[in-house]
Amino acid sequence: MTTPVEQERTQVEPTGAEIAAEDRPWQTVVWNDPVNLMSYVTYVFQKLFGFSRDQATKLMLDVHHKGKAIVTSGTKDKVEGDVAKLHAAGLWATMQRAS
Amino acid sequence: MKRWIRDGDIVVGRLDRQEAAVVRGLVSQIQDMLMARAEEAPQDELAELTGIRTGPSTAPDDPILGRLLPDFHRLDPDAPDPADVDSAAALRSLHEPELLEQKVSACDVVLSTCAPDGGEIRLKIAEAEAWLSSLNDVRLALGTALDVTEDMPDELPPEDPRSPHLGVYHWLTWVQDTLVEAMMA
Repeated sequence: MTTPVEQERTQVEPTGAEIAAEDRPWQTVVWNDPVNLMSYVTYVFQKLFGFSRDQATKLMLDVHHKGKAIVTSGTKDKVEGDVAKLHAAGLWATMQRAS
Repeated sequence: MKRWIRDGDIVVGRLDRQEAAVVRGLVSQIQDMLMARAEEAPQDELAELTGIRTGPSTAPDDPILGRLLPDFHRLDPDAPDPADVDSAAALRSLHEPELLEQKVSACDVVLSTCAPDGGEIRLKIAEAEAWLSSLNDVRLALGTALDVTEDMPDELPPEDPRSPHLGVYHWLTWVQDTLVEAMMA
């Protein structure tokens, strides 16, 4: 059996930057690539995230013209799951903290 | 191949013998690559006890597998953020086994619904979805191998060694695109 070791703690006040970093949501980013079809990317956005045809098309065009688009955001768990689903569909997706 | 058409809850297409051989051959190759990667996963007693599988923590060296199994963070190739590198390794090891399983089973659906002799193909919606992701993986693999760019011409000069393969890539693009159309109809 064991008990936790009592430790003398020094309280460190979090700095403004640290608080902000903790609070910033996560984002799912989809990157442009030369293989994925515009029609397929639109289809995947609709199917995975329930977007309307117009919403999905707008995001697909952002990926195509701007090189990337943020498609969802939220908690780390949610975004991690979204990236995993996009990988299963073959899209190039990554996650990042909102800046 | 005629374009896919939607018939209620079914999507119908038709491949001739040669087209079926191309689809089956390429899908089998991708499936073999994915299964070989899955076998590289570390085996440990803890994983056997807990049933929680862990995959490799590093990205594949092979560029084709690398494209099929991307990192969870965008890493600067010259100066990657060390925290992102650690996090990407952990996320890969956590998610890669399931991703491989999903891709391998999508290949299985194609191989079991595309007869070696070709002919009519009738797909339920879930099967058509598996075809879409599997065809997409094949195109990603070919696109990586052929170094496809966004403004890829329909044909390359005959002396280009990629020239004979580009036709297959464009044909698969058409097959996938008409399948998306049928699914969205």
